[in-house]
Amino acid sequence: MILPFFIIIPLLTAFIITLIAGERDNWAVILSILAVVSLVILSVYCFVSLNGRTLVYEMGRWQAPLGIILAVDALSAFMLVIVSIIALTAIMFSVQYIRNLSPSWKYYALFMLLTGGMNGVIVTGDLFNLFVFVEITLFAAYGLVAYGNKAEEFEASFKYAIMGSISSTLVLVGIGIIYSATSTLTMALIAERLPQNPTVMYWSGGLFVAAFGLKAAIMPFHAWLPDAHSSAPAPISAMLSGVLIKALGVYVLIRLFFNVFGEMPVFSEVFLVLGTVSMVIGVFLALGQWDVKRLLAYHSISQIGYIIIGVGLGTTLGLLGAVFHLLNHAIFKALLFLNAGSLEMALGTRDLRQMGKVSKALPVTSFTSMVASLSISGIPPFNGFFSKLIIFIAAIQIGRPVVAFLAGLGSLLTLASFMKVQRYGFHGEKTVTADQAKVGWGMRAAMIVLAILCLATSALIIPGIREVTLDPVVEVIMNKTGYITRVLGR
Amino acid sequence: MIVYLLCFALLLVGIYGLLVKRDLVRLIIASGITGYATNLMLVLFGYKRGAIYPILEEGKAVSERVMVDPLPQALVLTSIVIELGITAMLVALAIRLFEKNKTFDITKIKRLSG
Amino acid sequence: MKQEPGLTLIAKTVTRVSVWLIILYGIYIILHGHLSPGGGFAGGVVIALAFLNVMLTYGRETVTHWVNVEFLHDLEPACGAIYMAIGILGISISGGFLANFLSKGTLFNLLSSGNILLLNIIIGIKVAMGLFTVVWTLAIFHINEGGEK
Repeated sequence: MILPFFIIIPLLTAFIITLIAGERDNWAVILSILAVVSLVILSVYCFVSLNGRTLVYEMGRWQAPLGIILAVDALSAFMLVIVSIIALTAIMFSVQYIRNLSPSWKYYALFMLLTGGMNGVIVTGDLFNLFVFVEITLFAAYGLVAYGNKAEEFEASFKYAIMGSISSTLVLVGIGIIYSATSTLTMALIAERLPQNPTVMYWSGGLFVAAFGLKAAIMPFHAWLPDAHSSAPAPISAMLSGVLIKALGVYVLIRLFFNVFGEMPVFSEVFLVLGTVSMVIGVFLALGQWDVKRLLAYHSISQIGYIIIGVGLGTTLGLLGAVFHLLNHAIFKALLFLNAGSLEMALGTRDLRQMGKVSKALPVTSFTSMVASLSISGIPPFNGFFSKLIIFIAAIQIGRPVVAFLAGLGSLLTLASFMKVQRYGFHGEKTVTADQAKVGWGMRAAMIVLAILCLATSALIIPGIREVTLDPVVEVIMNKTGYITRVLGR
Repeated sequence: MIVYLLCFALLLVGIYGLLVKRDLVRLIIASGITGYATNLMLVLFGYKRGAIYPILEEGKAVSERVMVDPLPQALVLTSIVIELGITAMLVALAIRLFEKNKTFDITKIKRLSG
Repeated sequence: MKQEPGLTLIAKTVTRVSVWLIILYGIYIILHGHLSPGGGFAGGVVIALAFLNVMLTYGRETVTHWVNVEFLHDLEPACGAIYMAIGILGISISGGFLANFLSKGTLFNLLSSGNILLLNIIIGIKVAMGLFTVVWTLAIFHINEGGEK
């Protein structure tokens, strides 16, 4: 079956790139583009042909309690499609960006490790295997944030590495507690055997909220994100902010707290509070930033707050909004970071006060950044409007008008902040020289693809299409006993 | 019970080091100590009272005594490998930070703020 | 007065004898990984320490004369690719990634337990070369100030 190939293809490409790449990076580029294109084809095929089943694969043909299993259901297939599409556009962008920055095959090998690790997190069905793939992904992320040899990149990567190692320690303690309570590591068996003893669930649940919340950059644990996402090279910022904090943070939280632990009102409250705090404080902190990428990084914190509010609401409509906003945020945040990267490449600076009138000189960048800014602020007909509207309605429906009011306020402030970016970054008064030749056709193609996707994914809200794509995802999340029976085959 | 409390005390020592120390190398050592504490706790979770080591030996019959759980030992082995890689990455970053800033003191490395 | 790199004459003489014993001990741990504690990772670390022992007592130039460092740096991703190839071979022969396809032999023999022995050797070499590469790169960095990353 095709499940292990999601992990084999990127890792094998990483090793082969390290072996055969010489001084120029031609082979590295060709191999990595081949690998990512095959991942896109495989993941789209898997998502389309799933039809409500759960594919289970046993590694090494060892059965479930003894061996490691891979389990792909609708939520995993959905995340695989997102990861591979964003990886494809990031690779298309980075071919010319990295050649201008500091060309080397090491970037492509680390990028393949990053993609392979994220695929591993998404397809696995075993708790410790999840931890190992999280560590592989973070290892590649620390290396990629420090790529480029500027002083601030090392500082950002060091902060990220120390905080990541703290969260890994907390994950290990949580895994130890769960293992001593259930004596198994397969997630479906844990869900079956977990005692209804609230002490075990509070201890391990609290540790997992802290640890994976740090990886998802929820508010009290967010301190590494502005530094890391603003100092990294632009396509890596797009990958980190677009898929890594979701595949490593939000996806694992959804899988653990809905499929393994079941519904717990305490943790829903925790998610609601943390999400609201992230959303409001993130957008307030973003208003005062003048560095384009730091502003986008604070907006990442705020939008992840929206997704966590949707997760915390717990109803079908709330989870639909959360999953849809996950897809939308991946697309438009990646597009925004790629725009910031092409601005930086053409103008040589990231400070908004020093940018001027570039809408004539960089037409593709200006147009796509207008599309992305309208999406993130929630203007119809772009996709951000629909997902934010669903979360808003779900909050009112469950009887929490304060959360809904704060969600609307956050959306207004996001609009204000992006009007500032548009005014200073693209339609300012000064005339600056923009080196248009540096924004090559690969970079422009990547941005145009993402802008088209911004508009196309608003079609996912139409009821006919939604039943095929998003509703199976939500049904898989809400159904804990269904997860157990489908994975274990009883 | 007393063993778990000592293990927790080791974890607290490591966290104290991460919070208070100002030197980059001491931060790396402190993160290593928290790693040791976690690995120790995982191995302790596999212990059974009066059990022997989980290895079958030639010539001895499969004994009737209970064996210690071997799975946490495999988890700890994997965890040690991962922490080795993270420590190597942290040390490489510390060397590059020293080269750019000429100091190991984290209160003086403040290019990114706000 | 130390004019030549490395440690004293006593250290150099002892290292000259004991390096081979350390490598032999590491190979023993790797090969008996399915019979006694240890296995690929522990044996790999011991072999890497043998190379690093020579680097500490003799200096970096002697190590480049003694072994071909470029070949050792290339051996590590090669072992990674071979590991993945064994896994894919497992899929095509037995239907599971990394499934056993060699014979399992008799209990307590050295050549038993399927392809665990082969995987132990591959992981041992990979870990040894990986650890050696990491420490070597960190040591080389001080020579060319601002060299490779």
